[in-house]
Amino acid sequence: MSNSQNILVKLKDAGFCINDKWLVKGVSLQVEKGKIVTLIGPNGSGKSTTAKIALGIYKKIDGEVEKYTNKVGYVPQKISIDWTLPLRVNDFMVLTESINKESIDEALSLTGVIHLKDKNLGDLSGGEFQRVLLARAISKKPDLLVLDEPVQGVDFTGEIALYELIKKISDELNCGILLISHDLHTVMTATDHVVCLNGHVCCSGSPMDVAKNNEYKALFGEQAFQILSRYEHRHDHIHTDEGKIKKN
Amino acid sequence: MFDDFFIRALVAGIGVALVTGPLGCFVIWRRLSYFGDTLAHSALLGVTLAFTMEFNIALSVFIISSLIALILIQLQKKTNLPGDALLGLLAHSSLAVGLVVIGFLTFIRFDIMGLLFGDILAVSVDDLLIIWIGGALILLVLKLIWKPLFASTVNYELAEAEGLNPDRAKAIFTILMAAIIAISIKMVGLLLITGMLIIPAAMARNLSSSPQSMVMYSVIGGLLSVILGLFTSLEFNTSSGPSIITAALLLFILSLFKIKQSIKLKN
Repeated sequence: MSNSQNILVKLKDAGFCINDKWLVKGVSLQVEKGKIVTLIGPNGSGKSTTAKIALGIYKKIDGEVEKYTNKVGYVPQKISIDWTLPLRVNDFMVLTESINKESIDEALSLTGVIHLKDKNLGDLSGGEFQRVLLARAISKKPDLLVLDEPVQGVDFTGEIALYELIKKISDELNCGILLISHDLHTVMTATDHVVCLNGHVCCSGSPMDVAKNNEYKALFGEQAFQILSRYEHRHDHIHTDEGKIKKN
Repeated sequence: MFDDFFIRALVAGIGVALVTGPLGCFVIWRRLSYFGDTLAHSALLGVTLAFTMEFNIALSVFIISSLIALILIQLQKKTNLPGDALLGLLAHSSLAVGLVVIGFLTFIRFDIMGLLFGDILAVSVDDLLIIWIGGALILLVLKLIWKPLFASTVNYELAEAEGLNPDRAKAIFTILMAAIIAISIKMVGLLLITGMLIIPAAMARNLSSSPQSMVMYSVIGGLLSVILGLFTSLEFNTSSGPSIITAALLLFILSLFKIKQSIKLKN
């Protein structure tokens, strides 16, 4: 599957060092069209740094980054917007690329915030703003989506719906997704490739490979391991329409 | 009918206001008021240089201001001093050096008040050409870098990640700041140029809910300030710069009533 033409971004032994401190070191990974690569790891393990290396935000890096597309959608983990700017959701949607009204409306509807279109960005709640951020990133139909904890602050039902949406987008647009998530449930169900970070790459591979890895167990503890093993057992059925389950 | 000099001043002022409107919005959004002040202070050095070398004033102010901007960027990289201290250092030392140099140039008669606060009598036909051609160029370049500049004003990392090259936009914007100071110095005077950038834009912020409408109101506010200010200047024989800025202040005060209303509506 790893046809070189499908590669969107590739990190080779990449690392970033600031003030003599390595935030992350020796990361190799690649994101391909239609695939979801997920970064997991504890706080401070270099997940966001790795994403920023892949995006080219950090320039003085160790190793190599090869980026094969400029159509990128990014949902950063933290975003501080200066409220001295009069900015409505509608203005924010066309921030980096001019897109037509239909695409804006479609994206806002998909993330469930179309009713906030004319609201001032500063008046949104944390969860609403997060949905707008995601809508903005997908509305430009990017080749590569980089989502750094895209559903933080979103309510429980919304979280599930948004993760389903992300999966759907990956399939429909055939875009590659680099996802950072703390939600191990999601990671293990929707991801094609998992990279487990802790300042360096602890282990990586398919969700099941990672789940079996001892370093992963050491990092996340026995409970996380059990979450995964439950998913392993679910593989004897497939989900069909209307929530029915069909045995293999 | 008005005197020729007044028509020239009016045409010059309108040209300046059309450019300071949109640039002023970015000065407010990017918190650059003191940066603008520093460039404007250094303009005096540019003026003295122009007189000594018999050089065009606008061009020499533009060169010196760009140079000061470059020095600032270097100092920011190489020292541990906070940004506002560096700005103050450059602003006051360049103003001081400029004044000292003027002291040496005893063979030239300087209208210091005119330099500091603007002088409508001094606007020549050449100045009009510089203002309108220079202004048109500034607006054209601003339009070209609008997307990356605005996106990186909202969030630098988003702009960088999505391939907009915000660093280049920022560098170009710095040059545009030096250029607007160079073309408006005769009109408003170097002490008050930043006021012309900030006050109409601040007024516009009170009235607007989107970036585009803020730019529009800022231009309208600037135009009204220039027209009102220049008529006052003609009528009461006051300096043109202070008259224009006072008019802008009045408009700003009026705009505060609009805020009060919208807060009431919200509650």
